[in-house]
Amino acid sequence: MKIHQLSMFLENKPGRLSEPCRVLAEAGINILTLSVADTQQFGILRLIVRDWEKAKEVLEASGCVVNVTEVVATEVEDRPGGLTAILDIIESAGLNIEYMYAFTFRSEDKAVIVFRFDNPDLAIAALQAKSINIIGGVELYERVKQ
Amino acid sequence: MSEFWHDAGCAFHPVSGPDYLPVTQLRQLQLHRFQAVVKRSYDNVPLFRQRMEERGITPADFRTLEDTRLLPFTVKIDLRDTYPFGLFASPMSEIVRLHASSGTTGKPIVVAYTQEDLRVWASVMVRCFAACGLDRGDIIQNAYGYGLFTGGLGAHYGAEALGATVIPISGGNTDRQIMLMKDFGATAICCTPSYFLRIVERAPELGVDLRKLPLKAGVFGAEPWTEEMRKRIEPEANIKAYDIYGLSEIIGPGVANECCEQHGLHIFEDHFYPEIIDPKTLEPVPDGTEGELVLTTLSKQAMPMIRYRTRDITALFTEACPCGRTVRRMRRISRRSDDMFIIRGVNVYPSQIEEALLAVEGTAPHYQIVLTNDGTMDDVEVHVEVTPEVFGDTISVMENLQKKLSASIERIINIRVKLRLVEPNSIQRSEGKAKRVLDMRKK
Repeated sequence: MKIHQLSMFLENKPGRLSEPCRVLAEAGINILTLSVADTQQFGILRLIVRDWEKAKEVLEASGCVVNVTEVVATEVEDRPGGLTAILDIIESAGLNIEYMYAFTFRSEDKAVIVFRFDNPDLAIAALQAKSINIIGGVELYERVKQ
Repeated sequence: MSEFWHDAGCAFHPVSGPDYLPVTQLRQLQLHRFQAVVKRSYDNVPLFRQRMEERGITPADFRTLEDTRLLPFTVKIDLRDTYPFGLFASPMSEIVRLHASSGTTGKPIVVAYTQEDLRVWASVMVRCFAACGLDRGDIIQNAYGYGLFTGGLGAHYGAEALGATVIPISGGNTDRQIMLMKDFGATAICCTPSYFLRIVERAPELGVDLRKLPLKAGVFGAEPWTEEMRKRIEPEANIKAYDIYGLSEIIGPGVANECCEQHGLHIFEDHFYPEIIDPKTLEPVPDGTEGELVLTTLSKQAMPMIRYRTRDITALFTEACPCGRTVRRMRRISRRSDDMFIIRGVNVYPSQIEEALLAVEGTAPHYQIVLTNDGTMDDVEVHVEVTPEVFGDTISVMENLQKKLSASIERIINIRVKLRLVEPNSIQRSEGKAKRVLDMRKK
């Protein structure tokens, strides 16, 4: 159910983002989605790729510090209030969202959002109890292909 | 006997005989040699003679070891002022080797050796290696730079005199260092601790597990390092990391070395007479009190040094060493008054920053201290490389790390510093002495 996400530490300087992207490109790895969190001094690049193990290997070989975290991808109704419905479930379960970002693709009338929860297993259980569709790795990569 | 001969490294080696001289005999030997070296300098070195005359004393006034305080100090500037050969006490026909400093701050300083000086140098280096538990049959990879720097040749001839096998690889070319270490089965390495860290870091990238190699000892010196650094180095390579001390002005490496106790460095007192002084009053302080190390060469011929101010801060131990050596120990030198920088009126040493950083779990000892001034006030920025151990994927985790590190520094130096996390390998690695402080303040 959970998806592997790679995070990298980058200094906040011109050109820092292009290096890991170039490394992935050379290894023929496609970035499915990404987000950057930044402060004045540094940033954290998070990305999702299909072959995360290979991506981690090539990024580390290029000198990056890479962290693997498990995130949860859920379908969200692509209409006003769609996200609120999800957040309500999380909130009433007393769970915390560390951060979230969206996929660039959508499936039919639904958007796909990546959540990083402090407790992903509890979050999955809470969402599934309310019939929210969680997208696992295999399914996610299949959808990207389409 | 078994009480303190508990470790192979502590086994008595015949070459270490002078380390165990009875103290009264040692003091007699020191006095005898001290008188000889004062006379030699007085007779042959004009600067020294002039300073003695200014004080109205002659070598005959030097009767006990307490009389050392009558003698003038020698400082680094004296070596520059008399560049290149002004302090030599032997004619060039007896001098067989010259060494020189890199001269980064102007003219280099030059030191000289007679045949006998080289023999003494090799003999003290042998005693260093023996104190590290090394012997004939060991394979010593000498990664100190060969050439004008005393480290390379000093360690080289000592290792040969011991009867060990030397790999004279010199500094640099880390990949080749690791390859030969593995292929030749080196059992010991000599280099700066910061360069060894570079090797530790690089080895896994080459698929080499240092812990599985025959390497058992590191003889690390030429720059101050800390106990925390030892705790990091030893398990990473499964070795014992020994601290060696020396300086070109006195002889080069081989002035003092740790024994298997790894607690303080034994000074080879039969050749180098130590005093600790208060750097402000210049008065000697009792054993056990911290101050600046002052050394006198007791047997050097070509270039004797009388009361040379090393700028290294340490203290002499008062208690005897469990290893049985009678030559006194000094606390490891983790700071030099030269390295000290003054920031907003406070004296700070790079080793204090290192200690603070290493106190935080998972950090690497790769750091640099950048001093700047915006025209009104000095600023310290400490750059620390992020390691996989400390990298969390949220901003708050990283900001907490920043706070933890700067709080740790503030606790030790009482100054708030800016802490900047930088990418791994972004701080330049040295192949010799690490450059810890980058002073960008306008002078």
